[in-house]
Amino acid sequence: MSDVRGHSLDLKGIGHTFGATVALDEIDLTVAAGELIALLGPSGCGKTTMLQIIAGFLRPSRGEVRFDGARVEHIPANRRRIGMVFQNYALFPHLTVFENVAYGLRARKRPNAEVAAKVEQMLSLAQMAAFARRLPGELSGGQQQRVALARALAIDPGLVLLDEPFSALDKNLRLDMQIEIKTLLKTFGVTSIIVTHDQEEALSMADRIVVLNKGRIEQIDSPDALYDRPASLFISSFIGHTNLLRGTVTETDRVLLDAGPEIDLGRSALRRRGTPVTISVRPENIAFGAERPGAIPVTIRATVPLGAVSVTEGVTASGEPVKISQARAAGIAKAQAGETAWLAISDVSRVSIFSTPIDDVSKHQQRSV
Amino acid sequence: MTPASTSASRQLLPVVPLAALFFAAFVLPLVALVAISLFRTPQFAELSLAQYLRFLSDPFSIKVLTDTLWLGAEVALATLILAYPLALVYVASGPFMRTLITFLIMLPLLTSTVVRTFAWIVILGRDGIVNSAMLSLGLWQAPARLLYTWEGMVLALTQIQLPLMALPVINSLLRLDGNLTRAAEGLGASRARIFITVILPLTLPGAIAGWLLVFAAAATAFITQTLVGGGRIILMPSYIYQQAVGVQDWPFSAALSLIFTLAVTGIVFAIGALSRRYVRGVDAA
Repeated sequence: MSDVRGHSLDLKGIGHTFGATVALDEIDLTVAAGELIALLGPSGCGKTTMLQIIAGFLRPSRGEVRFDGARVEHIPANRRRIGMVFQNYALFPHLTVFENVAYGLRARKRPNAEVAAKVEQMLSLAQMAAFARRLPGELSGGQQQRVALARALAIDPGLVLLDEPFSALDKNLRLDMQIEIKTLLKTFGVTSIIVTHDQEEALSMADRIVVLNKGRIEQIDSPDALYDRPASLFISSFIGHTNLLRGTVTETDRVLLDAGPEIDLGRSALRRRGTPVTISVRPENIAFGAERPGAIPVTIRATVPLGAVSVTEGVTASGEPVKISQARAAGIAKAQAGETAWLAISDVSRVSIFSTPIDDVSKHQQRSV
Repeated sequence: MTPASTSASRQLLPVVPLAALFFAAFVLPLVALVAISLFRTPQFAELSLAQYLRFLSDPFSIKVLTDTLWLGAEVALATLILAYPLALVYVASGPFMRTLITFLIMLPLLTSTVVRTFAWIVILGRDGIVNSAMLSLGLWQAPARLLYTWEGMVLALTQIQLPLMALPVINSLLRLDGNLTRAAEGLGASRARIFITVILPLTLPGAIAGWLLVFAAAATAFITQTLVGGGRIILMPSYIYQQAVGVQDWPFSAALSLIFTLAVTGIVFAIGALSRRYVRGVDAA
């Protein structure tokens, strides 16, 4: 890793409204210089608004934006020293690859010799030196993306913003480009913010992930922590796959599942007896077992082989679907559709417990009547 | 006749009336025009190329042609300069302003050219709005001659032909990807630089289309040229009229018509071909 040369970024109490719609509310975020952050959320969560505020295309209704501690809300986008990579790359179609990368330097009126040297350096970094004379329309999606990144980095930005940068790429190419671009950004040592609705993209790219939902930050954490200790029901189902099982707290450390058994959490549920809760268990944290107290009975629906793992779906007596993910070893007998199987939670410490949302409780109670 | 060609001719049946009209009202007169232009005298005696040689050896006639083409070019340039700010405002506006601007642009097209031209006579005349205002404000001592001048003609034609330029320019600006201007802005470009390096080259097909439309329309605008020019400025349309109706020299006016038509269409095709060849990376509008 080379030296860090990016800005640090602070957002404080950022709020933004479009007419009567609240797009962002009370956003606080601190990004260290050189860090790679992902803004993750479903469409309409406010992540694009946040990006435009950081870039300076939009002035926030409330709050402060600071680069290296200095406020920048009044500075227009063209004087913020930000490298943008757009979803459709937004390469200038009438300019060659060389002129696209040179654009920011020419806007800064750098001498020709310096422009040429810098552009060549950026193009070889992005492995696009051979394509300098081509027009963007003559390049593949991955090549266009490399040029877009080279163009953004050529101005020595303090901050690089990437807006859904991989969504236009083939699925096969995506992981390769994610690794390549992450390496490039890290080598460059620039602070980067990537906006995405794709959790795999966020997990593979970012040092920390900011999960946005309905204009608010739900959780800021490392990819592993987000997966293992989701702060809310929304995150536990948004990041990776999970099984949500409803139940009721019976003792401080026990939950009676609607699916049948009472399970021992091995720790306090931190809720009063009688509270309706939803527990989240990852598919790889469930295994087939024997009939015994605490095992969950399910009726098998189907088994799907997915390369390295096979995923079996079953349904509990209470009608809740459960997915079980197993390493696809030769010895394991395939569960047949229609059979009854007994499931055991492998590691209760990795089970997350959430209060069941109110509207879910009422729906649930209606059903059980 | 084979069954296939029978069905093909059946398919063409609906266009027969239009084709007949086109043939009778355009092709036949054009053939007649070519035929008439080949007579040596106004009495239709003797076939020769004399009328064309007469045009080419007459500096006055050539000056009339170049003045007319120049007028078209000048008006087209003036509308181009006015259309871009208008189009930029349009694209940046909300739905209400857009409707209003569209209405204002379309409005002149809903009135006849004669009415629009007379409006300019009222504005520019010796006792017109401009002169009365300037005199009563004491800014001018004597009424200025605005009507029957080259500048007056350019001004009136610019206003009258503006829709032909504004609509294609707005259209190509609307199709410009907003991320391109945002990318340029993010890379540190000033608004002027964004306009010159991104917006202008990428909307060039629309601008060229508009330029050609206005050029052809302004060069051939008989009514406006005659009324605002007032007969003091001789341009091709009025020259042809004068030769045909005044002097009754049909062969010469036929030759003038053909030369003028060829000159205008030649320029339109040449610029169209050049722009297709040199405007790179941009979808032709």
